[in-house]
Amino acid sequence: MTGLFYFTMLIALLAALQVVRGLNAVHALLHLIVTLLALSLLFFLLGAPFAAALQVIVYAGAIMVLMVFVIMMLNQGDAAVEQERAWLDVASWRVPGLLCGLLLLELGYLLLAPADGGRVRAVDAAAVGRTLFGPYLLLVELASMLLLAALVGAWHLVRPLKNRREGTSDD
Amino acid sequence: MTEIPVEHGLLFAAALFCIGLVGVLVRRNLVFMLMSLELMLNATAFVFVLGGALHGNADGQVMFVMILTLAAAEVAVGLALVVHLYHRHRSLDADRLDVMKG
Repeated sequence: MTGLFYFTMLIALLAALQVVRGLNAVHALLHLIVTLLALSLLFFLLGAPFAAALQVIVYAGAIMVLMVFVIMMLNQGDAAVEQERAWLDVASWRVPGLLCGLLLLELGYLLLAPADGGRVRAVDAAAVGRTLFGPYLLLVELASMLLLAALVGAWHLVRPLKNRREGTSDD
Repeated sequence: MTEIPVEHGLLFAAALFCIGLVGVLVRRNLVFMLMSLELMLNATAFVFVLGGALHGNADGQVMFVMILTLAAAEVAVGLALVVHLYHRHRSLDADRLDVMKG
């Protein structure tokens, strides 16, 4: 069980690395989906089956489908891969990668310094629902308003392309 | 459920977050930057679920649902912006967006 946990973590990290250094957008997206599925398995192992199901259905399902559609609309072919290869040279990798590595080392040092581990306990979906619609009800309302704002914002950003280019004022 | 030290889970989340951070800093393609942002959001969501499992209450998963909502809103607006900018500039290069001038 513990070995399964570390193995899944390893898969998630390797797939995340492939996302960051991938050249083809669709391949990177597939690796991102692998990362999300690995995280879902981790949630399940942590005793959070509701979060695991939501991760698969909403994240790996709905949100990633949105990204697939947009990548299809942008229609990037082999030329885009060549362009990515030109953009992603070692000189641009070096400094941010080094700084983030240092940050990670520091975080690891801080996390591993005190040693008082705890046991994880399973939380089922009913408890999540009671908490979500009990003390956090206001947060749910705010989230719905956020989603509405995102919907209106996305619609507004994409809609007026055609009218603006043609410059028509009468319709 | 599973016998792993909490520090290792946090370390995993930190590593995932740093990978996403490197992606946002290094990549110039807007689509890849959005994907790296997703990685960072997932790392934080993992920490919330881990904390909820550690204390045995549902607050962690509630925050996970909120992060999921936030990610959906962010991806919707972000991808709409990407489509718009691609139609206008014929490029996904983030460095070319300095022509916006506020």
